[in-house]
Amino acid sequence: MSMQIEDPRIVEFDVQTDEMLVNMGPQHPSTHGVLRLLLRTDGEIVHECTPHIGYLHRSAEKIGENLAAPQWIPYTDRMDYLAAMNMNLGFALTVEKMVGMEVNEKAKHLRVFIAELGRVASHLVGMGAYGLDLGTFSPFLYAFREREIILDFFEEVCGARLTCSYLTIGGATHDLPEEIEIPDGLSALLKMDKGQRAPFFNVVEMFLSWLEDRIKEYHTLLTRNSIFIKRTAGIGVLSREMAISYGCTGPVLRGSGVDYDLRRDGEAIYTRMYEGYDFQIPVAEFADAPQEAVLGDNWCRFYVRMMEVVQAIRLVRQSIPKYLAAEGSHRETFKFNTKLPKDEVYLETEAPRGQMGFYVVGNGAAEPLRVRAKSSCFCNLSITDKLCEGVPLADVPSVVGSLDIVMGEIDR
Amino acid sequence: MDIQEIHSLLLEKFGDSAVGQAPVEATDSWIQVSRDSIVEVGAFLRDNERLRFDHLNDLCGCDYLEPNEKKAAKFGHDPHVEVVYQLSSIELKHRLKLKVVLPRWKNDEEGRLPEVPSVSGVWGIADWHEREAFDLVGIHFQDHPNLRRILCPEDWEGHALRKDYDFPLEYHGVRGR
Repeated sequence: MSMQIEDPRIVEFDVQTDEMLVNMGPQHPSTHGVLRLLLRTDGEIVHECTPHIGYLHRSAEKIGENLAAPQWIPYTDRMDYLAAMNMNLGFALTVEKMVGMEVNEKAKHLRVFIAELGRVASHLVGMGAYGLDLGTFSPFLYAFREREIILDFFEEVCGARLTCSYLTIGGATHDLPEEIEIPDGLSALLKMDKGQRAPFFNVVEMFLSWLEDRIKEYHTLLTRNSIFIKRTAGIGVLSREMAISYGCTGPVLRGSGVDYDLRRDGEAIYTRMYEGYDFQIPVAEFADAPQEAVLGDNWCRFYVRMMEVVQAIRLVRQSIPKYLAAEGSHRETFKFNTKLPKDEVYLETEAPRGQMGFYVVGNGAAEPLRVRAKSSCFCNLSITDKLCEGVPLADVPSVVGSLDIVMGEIDR
Repeated sequence: MDIQEIHSLLLEKFGDSAVGQAPVEATDSWIQVSRDSIVEVGAFLRDNERLRFDHLNDLCGCDYLEPNEKKAAKFGHDPHVEVVYQLSSIELKHRLKLKVVLPRWKNDEEGRLPEVPSVSGVWGIADWHEREAFDLVGIHFQDHPNLRRILCPEDWEGHALRKDYDFPLEYHGVRGR
């Protein structure tokens, strides 16, 4: 018996068919929005994958040249609409850096609290949607159930659920509420009567301790599920060198084994927010990874996100007493007509999907000469063609989903 | 390593025709690099053991022009286009900003895009960032492997982030404005 028949892959590769161009998207559900992938396939094997973007391009940067800095905050919401709070924070900090403003202690802890809750919400969608990409529906429902409660908190805090525009230049638009009605979703989960009121932070604490137990269940449902491992481990392997060269950031970079997180390694104006907080930065490779997992594969990227949720919960917990102990106002005034100096600054912050950068050029007017939003997903997406080369067609959603992209941020 | 040290290191290596001043009064200071030496400077910054700028955070273009003639006197910049490179080092955790200053149009002939060599051979991500800068700001990157529009449709005319850009009245039968 020859070797060729013993190894089933070789038999499959020997079969030659005509190359075919397949259009995946822009309305394909597993492309996370309006992404179009042009695939050149030979049977089931993808030879070439060309991403086409721009379907959601709304000229946010051009609009920003005609608006005062605080007026552009709502446009940042609509970039990464799954983590609007983190986008607001990134731009607010950039303008603060430019005008040399530093928010007080209270606003800093408030921002950590909100930004890390945003990270939890964003990674929950990432987890649920990834399950959906791979054909399992239930994690998606659980993830959205939990995320809904965080959105209810955001609604109590600022009145909006997705497009928050809450963290603004100089602090936040409102202070955190003292007492809220327990969200219906949470009271149902905890088997409590509807409509009860409780202090805000107690409700958040109730939710966090409930969520913490659920994470173990998600690990059973997805992370340790043998089907999930088969669909993710060893697929879409991104080497450390390539991740750095292609500007990958966030969980994609850390999934490839690079220990870099701006909350620790960023610029002072950003890292000062996290001073005195105790948190770890999950980096591949993991001691508890399944045997099949390879450094930089889909499974590692997914697992980094799951571990980050745990760390974000820790940060939210730590921020509550710090916020309560801090004095001062949640906001310092930054007027709409405040003139930006003749200067230019660039600042990156660690958003859930990677390093979100804003570049602002001022020229003595309230409207900046140029605003630029450097999108983390844009860079993360640029490696899809390399990762998808030679994988079976069915693994393309697995690779693209593991990058956890949001088209609103890529196209701006 | 701070910017003054990097600046003198680059001056020593490439000479003052290639490397310009680092303005000290700016919040984020930068080093101006001449158009023709950007690729060598980039490769040097990436490979030098004391620098290791292996991560290109951002590359973008910026148009300096005040189209309103009344305001132009107070504008304070000569009309030009800049390409801004934001670099950082994952290993050494320092940051650097580079700039290449270009004329708004090549040989001042309106419609001919200014040219700068592509750094996509130095940092992989520059490929997409340069396509975006080409698409929106109208900068031609020489020797780019695939210089096509990325956000706008391929048959779009003009470059939207140019200050004198006129929004089209009509695109394939769709009314604008």
